[in-house]
Amino acid sequence: MAKLSDATNETLALPGDALREGVVTALREALGAGLIDALIKPNDDIWVRVSADVWQQAGRVLRDTVGCDYFCFISAIDWMPSPFGRSEDDPTAPPPERDTAIKQGYAGGTTRMQVFARVTNLSKHFGVTIKADVPDDAPMIDTWVPVYAGANWHERECHEMFGIGFQGHPDLRNMYLPTDFEGHPLRKDFPLLARMVKPWPGIVDVEPLPGDDSEEGTE
Amino acid sequence: MTDLADRQKLSYIAAQAADARLNVELETEGMTLNIGPQHPATHGTLRIIVRLDGEQVIWAEPSAGYMHRGYEKLTEVRTFPQVTSLVNRIDWLGSFANEVPFILAAEKLMEIEAPPRAQWIRTILFELSRIANVSLFLGDLGVQLGAITPVFMAFRDREYVLNLIESATGGRFHPNFDRIGGLKDDLPEGWITETKQVMKKLRNFCDEIEALLFGNEIFQSRLRGIGVIPADVAKQYGLSGANLRASGVDWDLRRDQQLPLAYDKVDFKVWTHPDGDSFARCWIRLQETREATKIVDQLLDGIPSGPVMAKVPRIIKVPAGEAWVSTENPLGEMGYYVVSKGDLGPFRVKIRSASFNNISIVPWVLRGVYVPDVISILASLYFILGDIDR
Repeated sequence: MAKLSDATNETLALPGDALREGVVTALREALGAGLIDALIKPNDDIWVRVSADVWQQAGRVLRDTVGCDYFCFISAIDWMPSPFGRSEDDPTAPPPERDTAIKQGYAGGTTRMQVFARVTNLSKHFGVTIKADVPDDAPMIDTWVPVYAGANWHERECHEMFGIGFQGHPDLRNMYLPTDFEGHPLRKDFPLLARMVKPWPGIVDVEPLPGDDSEEGTE
Repeated sequence: MTDLADRQKLSYIAAQAADARLNVELETEGMTLNIGPQHPATHGTLRIIVRLDGEQVIWAEPSAGYMHRGYEKLTEVRTFPQVTSLVNRIDWLGSFANEVPFILAAEKLMEIEAPPRAQWIRTILFELSRIANVSLFLGDLGVQLGAITPVFMAFRDREYVLNLIESATGGRFHPNFDRIGGLKDDLPEGWITETKQVMKKLRNFCDEIEALLFGNEIFQSRLRGIGVIPADVAKQYGLSGANLRASGVDWDLRRDQQLPLAYDKVDFKVWTHPDGDSFARCWIRLQETREATKIVDQLLDGIPSGPVMAKVPRIIKVPAGEAWVSTENPLGEMGYYVVSKGDLGPFRVKIRSASFNNISIVPWVLRGVYVPDVISILASLYFILGDIDR
């Protein structure tokens, strides 16, 4: 039985970096070469990247060994720079040159798509962000539903928005979109249709404010 | 397991067996029932498809998406300061609280902090939006169970709080008041005295609701022991806020993490309840509303003087990096995972809203309950449609 708590506003010091290193060590021991990269920001947060084939196992290790039994979310990132920029182009002008190099974020990466999730340890007050590369040609990864039941809806959302398959998921139906919807809206190469139909009005609204010649400082 | 729990388990098994016998004798056929999309219990348009065996739910599936507005995609074509006007509309009853974690995430990436006065006012407005949000829940709860009066009381007293938010920010529902580096404005004159009076009114409202609803026998029998969520299930599904604390998990992001907000300056109690049933969830929210009024009172006494805005460049470029910030919003843990590439706008924002996780437990918790309890369980889980669909 859970007890009635009477804890009142005890200020908790941020978990030390030794604790964060312990998390990474525990993952490395359990996963071996499956743990590809880890990043600890002092006094802040942990990012780890595992290979896709140990994704589910990494979830189990986080839940059982590291004690992160609170499931926060699963989602994905498409690291390709958007070919439409910020959808603010002048439709009459030729499209500008854009950087197309894929640059991944913290803890690195090798593929365009990355699945990432966050779990929290409620007793030691820290969270872990875990990422995994999914192959570009067949974006598939194991499901987390047997590990964290709450992953069910998050994976469904991720599936329709990014087109990433989750092997072993019981029911990968669309959450939001119609069944016959084509495309994956949160991928960067999916245009924001509202901006395609009617250009962003902001592009004509570039008059500088009177007396505004410096970029720095609001006094 | 204690003796008590064992007895509960046995009586549960006995009840299930009795139902099963009855169903075999009557040869009842299954039936599919649509609750919603337009239903008073769904606060918007959430459709719940339930498969019934007699009066009992054997399978339930919420169908969301009637209000999906694609905020995660829209943030990618906005600048950082513009995003707050979008995220305001996620949980529309506690709008200001939606802005705070996003602004904090952007500030974390920029490695700046709002001045102390701005932090305090942020915290006050955060708690005011919690009071406005949850007081409506307390009134609405009565309507779900057939009591009309509480909702009028709730709308009456919420109005005072909304007036306060309006006089400070200029917006009743969508303040859009939080800025990277501080706040748009300082508080108006006389606001502090007025707020203190309103907090007294709200405490009276809590007492009234407690006497009128929570002591009511019908109310108790409709909610006690209904929709029990054990702690480990709640954690697996990522339930948060009052729903998690009602399952006995002592976890509150106001207390259990360090953010540049003023929560560490005040003394407040994090309420938990061991039962995990619908009643516990409602009871926790009542206590939290009362606790929030006390937090506001304490903060009002000690607002530091000084500017409300840090020195930030007029054109805000956020350095490349990734940041996760979540706060204890009225509905639960609301967080933003912000990825920036050093541009004017975010590269990707993952919005982790509380109701999405809170409602994902519905298929689990509705299995085996009776039809009238579906409504009370949904009401006690408390969700805002905009917070599920985003």
